[in-house]
Amino acid sequence: MIKQLSVFIENKKGRLAKITGVLADAGIDLIALSIADTTNFGIMRGIVKDPDKAVNILKENGFTASLAEVFVVEVPDEPGGLSNVLQLLDEADVSIEYLYSFVFAQNENALILFRVEDIDGAVAKLKQNGVKLLTADDIY
Amino acid sequence: MIWNQKIECMDREQLSVLQTEKLRKTAQKVYENVPFYKQAFDELGVKPDDIKSLDDLQSLPFTVKSDLRDHYPFGLFSAKSEDIVRLHASSGTTGKPTVVGYTARDIKNWGDLMARSFAFAGGNKNSVIQVAYGYGLFTGGLGAHYGAEALGATTIPISGGNTKRQIMLMQDFGTTIIAATPSYMLFMAETMEEMGVDPKSLKLEAGVFGAEPWTEAMRTEIEQRFGILAIDIYGLSEIMGPGVASDCECKCGLHISEDFFLPEIIDPVTLKPLPYGSEGELVFTTIDKDGIPLIRYRTRDITSLNADTCECGRTMVRMQKVLGRSDDMLIIRGVNVFPSQIEGVLMDIAGVSPHYQIVVDRAHNFDRLEVQVEVEGSLFSDEVRRLEELRAKIQADIQTVLGINVKVSLVEPKTIERSMGKAKRVIDNR
Repeated sequence: MIKQLSVFIENKKGRLAKITGVLADAGIDLIALSIADTTNFGIMRGIVKDPDKAVNILKENGFTASLAEVFVVEVPDEPGGLSNVLQLLDEADVSIEYLYSFVFAQNENALILFRVEDIDGAVAKLKQNGVKLLTADDIY
Repeated sequence: MIWNQKIECMDREQLSVLQTEKLRKTAQKVYENVPFYKQAFDELGVKPDDIKSLDDLQSLPFTVKSDLRDHYPFGLFSAKSEDIVRLHASSGTTGKPTVVGYTARDIKNWGDLMARSFAFAGGNKNSVIQVAYGYGLFTGGLGAHYGAEALGATTIPISGGNTKRQIMLMQDFGTTIIAATPSYMLFMAETMEEMGVDPKSLKLEAGVFGAEPWTEAMRTEIEQRFGILAIDIYGLSEIMGPGVASDCECKCGLHISEDFFLPEIIDPVTLKPLPYGSEGELVFTTIDKDGIPLIRYRTRDITSLNADTCECGRTMVRMQKVLGRSDDMLIIRGVNVFPSQIEGVLMDIAGVSPHYQIVVDRAHNFDRLEVQVEVEGSLFSDEVRRLEELRAKIQADIQTVLGINVKVSLVEPKTIERSMGKAKRVIDNR
């Protein structure tokens, strides 16, 4: 299982720059990044090299941050690659909270991060069907 | 026009004899009927019969809003429940409202007092009075309504809101006097302009404005935009409702109906009475009420009194426009709001009190209240849906408690300014 960093951001100019600045100063590398936004506020989500350290550093700097358990699947970068995974999750009756994709320079397949309600059920179903899941070692 | 010449222009010496007599009777009434007052009098060692002059008022106990709440709902009523014909309530500092009861005689008297205010505005039986205060538990609507009817005017009980219909009825029914909150009146002026209606084309002659603090600049704006006389009216449900005091046509202070309400100005810290002319907290003793007479009720409103005879001929003491509050109460669109009510809602939702700030401003003459809540700890979720649910729940719960629409914003921790380590709870930009 992989830990994703989530940070609350007010919809104000310069806030994302401040967060990434705090992470940069602490030498924490951002591997994946996604922003969810509403008219009022946003949530920055991402994968970082050292999630526990990142949370602590951000809290020390006055941000609200937390870690969430997510999983990352590797799918072939071709039509239907994602569709197959989503169908399996649907069969397992797993609700998806959100997902986003990212790339690794050394990997030619597409990487998709999932945040779901029933992570154990989802992972078991995907493994049974031979979907490749990334481990923490693959990423960090 | 003076509605009750004999009383309103009474010689002050004669008035004080009348007041002393009424005060003694009121003291006897509450002492006999309200255990709270019996105990309070006994603790101070005073008896109703000790009251020989108005100076003896100083020896009587104070009443505060929390006394009404502690005896919720009817514990401070003097009249028997069978004699109460009406209840009104205003929001309190916690979930429970402050409840007041009126006998049939109280309702009639209230109508007469409110009729005096309409008469101040030039009203008479030929007037067409549109009551745009809210009808309901709030005293504004029904208070003004009974006053307009007591005056013999044609009364339009339209209540608040529905602005285009308000304007249509003003045009079609030939409204001559309107009773509304001043900010709503200015909002109506803007709406008229959007609709292409000239506010000066109406038959409107005067307005009776109150239920919220307003400035002389707003008065001038209303008078100029509508071409009317704008008078200020003061009241609070604990004492009666609208009609406790009102400007006359001279607009040089609000005449208090002293034959019903005995005013004092006290120092809110030492609680000592202050002389005429000094600024302090306004305290009222109701001296002719049956439902719920109150002794030395602390209004928390800051003002001063002037007992000089007015140019209009009335001798009734005048209070200056209310200058502020000795507590943290806000008035938003006529509704009393205490920061502690909002804090209570946040406590219920979060389990602990998050840092929050209340920002009040007035846009297009409409009061807006925004509650900013810092998102920290357990309030945070990485899911937008949960944060949106949190925001909507805070908003809905605050609206339920206050009875008015508010905007809720989620903000980052430490973005709310702290002074001396304590967050500044209220920013009022009005």
